[in-house]
Amino acid sequence: MAAKKKSDNDPALGKSLLHSMILQRRFEEKVAEAYALGKIGGFCHLYIGQEAVSTGTLSLLRDDDYVLTTYRDHGQAIMRGMSPRSVMAELFGRIDGCSRGKGGSMHLFDRHVNFLGGHGIVGGHVPMATGVGFAIKYRGGDQVCICYMGEAAVNNGAFHESLNMAGLWRLPVIYVIENNKYGMGTALARASSIKDMYKRGATYNIESAEVDGQDVWAVRDAMQDAIDRARKDYAPTLLEIRTSRYMGHSMSDAASGTYRSKEELESDRKRDPINLLKAKLITDKLIMDADVAAMEAEIAAVVQDSWDFADASPEPPLEALFEDVYVETTT
Amino acid sequence: MALITYRDALNQALRDEMHRDDRVFLMGEEVGEYNGAYKVSKGLLEEFGEMRVVDTPITELGFAGVGVGAAMVGLRPVVEFMTWNFALLALDQIVNAAAKMLYMSGGQFPMPLVFRGPNGAALQLSAQHSQAWESWLAHIPGLKVVAPGTPYDAKGLLKAAIRDDNPVIVLEGEMLYNTKGEVPDEDYVIPLGKAELKREGDHCSIITSGKMVLVAMQVADQMAKDGIRIDVVDLRTIRPMDVDAITASVRKTNRAVVLEEGWEVCGIGAQVVVYIQRDCFDHLDAPVLRVHQADVPMPYAKAIEKAAKPDVAKTIAAVKKVMYIES
Repeated sequence: MAAKKKSDNDPALGKSLLHSMILQRRFEEKVAEAYALGKIGGFCHLYIGQEAVSTGTLSLLRDDDYVLTTYRDHGQAIMRGMSPRSVMAELFGRIDGCSRGKGGSMHLFDRHVNFLGGHGIVGGHVPMATGVGFAIKYRGGDQVCICYMGEAAVNNGAFHESLNMAGLWRLPVIYVIENNKYGMGTALARASSIKDMYKRGATYNIESAEVDGQDVWAVRDAMQDAIDRARKDYAPTLLEIRTSRYMGHSMSDAASGTYRSKEELESDRKRDPINLLKAKLITDKLIMDADVAAMEAEIAAVVQDSWDFADASPEPPLEALFEDVYVETTT
Repeated sequence: MALITYRDALNQALRDEMHRDDRVFLMGEEVGEYNGAYKVSKGLLEEFGEMRVVDTPITELGFAGVGVGAAMVGLRPVVEFMTWNFALLALDQIVNAAAKMLYMSGGQFPMPLVFRGPNGAALQLSAQHSQAWESWLAHIPGLKVVAPGTPYDAKGLLKAAIRDDNPVIVLEGEMLYNTKGEVPDEDYVIPLGKAELKREGDHCSIITSGKMVLVAMQVADQMAKDGIRIDVVDLRTIRPMDVDAITASVRKTNRAVVLEEGWEVCGIGAQVVVYIQRDCFDHLDAPVLRVHQADVPMPYAKAIEKAAKPDVAKTIAAVKKVMYIES
């Protein structure tokens, strides 16, 4: 795809994107703190380093579009408009959590913003997103469904089965590979027969593109093309957005170690998506240092409020154990 | 009432429900142009068009997931597996997604969807095509599992399954599709979770479901000639199971044989026996026996295939044993 900058570089938009990215970052730093204190249990996968992907893509969606993602879902949930309170309460396993304390970190859901999970089996949600695309076309709508996955999911059968159907039936699904280079501790080069994951799209008659995932404007440009294609022609897109996760795979492992060197991580951090955007906005005189400081202070309060809210929320009552296994059929 | 086949009863149910509710659609391998591998969907493509009768690639995991996704946003998919043997490839979607979505979303995403297709053995299809999966599926909280044994039940249970807001597994049978029975033209549903007493008797209970209902009825007919009156309890729904119907029968007869198509270990019969010993302990005059497939993969050769399957003779032998009748 030809490089083109059609994102509107207006100050309000730049500021809002920066705000979203910093909110996700600070929220997850707080999550790491809560995890260390035992407030959060189970598996917990942080998104830190990848914020330009969620921000660039979701900033272009309409309210009636749909989102499905993996277990690394906190950033996208917040970016989609779920309240930090409801996400933090879910991580704390409390009744006011977005999934009423039944899902935890890996299973964030909110039907009010069409956030369809939070799924824990690598690749398992990709067919579901394809089904959402099918439903959009079935009803003759012009929504899109965005489906995030890690680059390791691309080696999974569910991915290939899904893209074949989406390419065959022309479904308005935007498949986003967040290529953070490692499937848990296995480097892409050790797991995939090809290096450029976006090329898998051609096999299924699906337009694809490789995108710089640390540059939020580049992400928006690629996403806008994909949205146009989906809304106009029910055409799917495969985006490979190249990014970096600064933390371990989950809270259980170190950021670097046997499979990734400290030097590589340090080098990745030099292209931090938040710093890149901030520097650009300051250079262009669209914001000033004082604006950023004010933003940080406001976000720190929001994040602390989410913690306080979650901490005060009760655990689900014991009778909740047997609720929501089946729904009462009313028709 | 018309005398129609089990296959046509299912076809009526699908057609009626697709007319009644435009959110209902059918997808699977060969359901459209081919009219269904077993002709259950005959004529539906012509009537409803390709958006509602969707031929899929051979991609069970993928299209089961398409069903899950479509159900999440309010459609009511009916996903057909050419046989349940192939559905093993889709278990992640059935178990990890469909069965758990409501729970792990804290009640936000019901799954109004049906997975259906033929289950169990036909004739000489050997190991990979002759398996009864009900115990695997009924093991999972969040799923409902039905196994209609007659054309009447097939229509009423499939309609109820399609109208249910939970994921429902419908286990049909290749050997049942051609069987005939009285089926009303008009609309009716059979509530999920309700067994039916298919034959009333007071000497011994046979508790069964699906294809084995026919076997149980033949057993009851044959034994009636010797004056032995069998109570045949057709579970119809395996999950949730109608425990009251089981216990009412066993308290009346004081003896029970549990008949199922699948394997013995961790089978449906084991669960039925648990309910009987728990709720009817003081009513039993004999240990409860089970009849099931031999504990081997299904062989191809005719004689040993027959030896592997539960049948009338094996069931009669079990009934005689619990009645302490010398054979």
